[in-house]
Amino acid sequence: MSVDKTTVSRVARLARINIDDDRLEPMAQELSSIMNWIEQLNEVDTDAVEPLASVTGHALPMRDDIVTDGEMADQIVQNAPESMSGFFVVPKVVE
Amino acid sequence: MNDLLKMTAVEARAALEAKSISAVELTDAYLDAADATQALNAYTEVTHDKARDMAKSSDQRLAKGEGGTLEGLPVGVKDLFCTIGVETTACSNILNGYKPVYESTVTQNLWNDGAVMLGKLNCDEFAMGSANETSARGAVASPWTVSGDDQDYAPGGSSGGSAASVAARSSLFATGTDTGGSIRQPAAFCGVVGIKPTYGRCSRRGIVAFASSLDQAGPITRDVADGALMLQSMVSHDAQDSTSVAEPMPDLMAGLNDGIKGMTIGIPAEYTMDGMDSEITSLWEEGRKWLEDAGATCVEVSLPHTQYALPTYYIIAPAEASSNLARYDGVKYGQRVDGDSLDDMYAKTRAAGFGDEVTRRILIGTYVLSAGYYDAYYLKAQKTRRLIQNDFIDAFKTVDALLTPATPSAAFPIGQKITDPVTMYLNDVFTVPASLAGVPAMSVPAGLAKNGLPLGLQLIAPSFREDTLVKAGRVVEKAAGFSAVAARAAGQ
Repeated sequence: MSVDKTTVSRVARLARINIDDDRLEPMAQELSSIMNWIEQLNEVDTDAVEPLASVTGHALPMRDDIVTDGEMADQIVQNAPESMSGFFVVPKVVE
Repeated sequence: MNDLLKMTAVEARAALEAKSISAVELTDAYLDAADATQALNAYTEVTHDKARDMAKSSDQRLAKGEGGTLEGLPVGVKDLFCTIGVETTACSNILNGYKPVYESTVTQNLWNDGAVMLGKLNCDEFAMGSANETSARGAVASPWTVSGDDQDYAPGGSSGGSAASVAARSSLFATGTDTGGSIRQPAAFCGVVGIKPTYGRCSRRGIVAFASSLDQAGPITRDVADGALMLQSMVSHDAQDSTSVAEPMPDLMAGLNDGIKGMTIGIPAEYTMDGMDSEITSLWEEGRKWLEDAGATCVEVSLPHTQYALPTYYIIAPAEASSNLARYDGVKYGQRVDGDSLDDMYAKTRAAGFGDEVTRRILIGTYVLSAGYYDAYYLKAQKTRRLIQNDFIDAFKTVDALLTPATPSAAFPIGQKITDPVTMYLNDVFTVPASLAGVPAMSVPAGLAKNGLPLGLQLIAPSFREDTLVKAGRVVEKAAGFSAVAARAAGQ
């Protein structure tokens, strides 16, 4: 499957990563070469195969829905590029 | 100082117990070694003060006869593990300045058992790489050199700083993480032991996530006994990692020298590739003989889907990575680049913060998960993954363990393979299948290539049989008698 510039643009937009215009074509070629190499999976007959999401096969454990920690807003925002009064600060999203 | 650096962890622990050395002396020797080998760039930060404080506390506990299993032993920590108050960036610019307010479960287990933290070790950015060349902190030079060749060789990756520092004797042992071979491949390149335990043995809490269904922590050590000692401390059942398992770990040290008499070891026909060094094939045959000489029966086995493991991995790992790395958005931690809107801020922050390989993998992951492609790629890969796991389940019905080469070649010069992603990915061709199946595997140094660089053999065991793994590893280690020391190791 070859990946073109438009696809790279679309995927980069979905991934929220700016890609410079002059990088789109080289990136399309790199991704195409990787995706072409991955195509060999089409040789594998997987018709009656269940997809594997977890190697252990264990059911995820359930726990009681109770608060086990908290009261640590200062620690949580400690590494934020910008914070105020225990809140993360982001560019304005609502006018 | 040199004598201190020569001791293995097991030997050093006995010397500490006997009070013939102190934890402070041992730690100072390693701090000096870390400073003396700075040119290798194995460490991203050496935590001198913290190390000395921890060593002093260790000496106090040893004096009272209260030393833990790792009391006073200096360890280097891959920069993927959160360490309270010590910068943790996964060697990515997007996490510059991030100082965790909590400790990873694995490193906490080490500190609880008395280990001393020397500092943080270089790795590929977000553990994505096989040569430690994608690190935002620069490449790491292997302490091994080729005579008549002044190029720096790659230590492997992603745990390149960990393997290089153990080989350079600038750490007594080190933590690594392995998603598709990131412990075993650098261990093989650097002539040290690397163990990836069964998926779920080590808690992933506090380890910067790459591909959550594959990521496992494990030890990188000078020999198999040290690996068993360290792994025993790292594993635990952790309610804060829902995939952590409760299966009790056998006492690895107790059975270490029991041998493998009567065991059956499988030699998988598919673990070969075009253009593989003949040295690797010969070493593999020699390894088979070593196991037979120790009383095991070696039989040919087939894991027919092996060749599809790597392309399967390069769908699943990027898909999980694209989701895990969505959290780096310039809001909660790390770097932010301002933009005209929230979306613009995200896109600019991520463009500035992620390196080329990480960007490439996020884009592949986003692509294979996007509408219209999910079934063709992601679901297809999950199905192939099931077939790969079934290959191992079938093989382990008749054999106790598998013996394979660890890598298709010895280490290569820095800069040689980074230009072609797929060629770089092929480094992990022998390590990725065990990762996809979740089974434990280790690489053991087994010899030197003609150019003097180390070569490793890989052992793979059924899930939760790390005891089998270290017994067989010990046999290979004894038979190989690997005693070479890297030319650029401290004290050489």
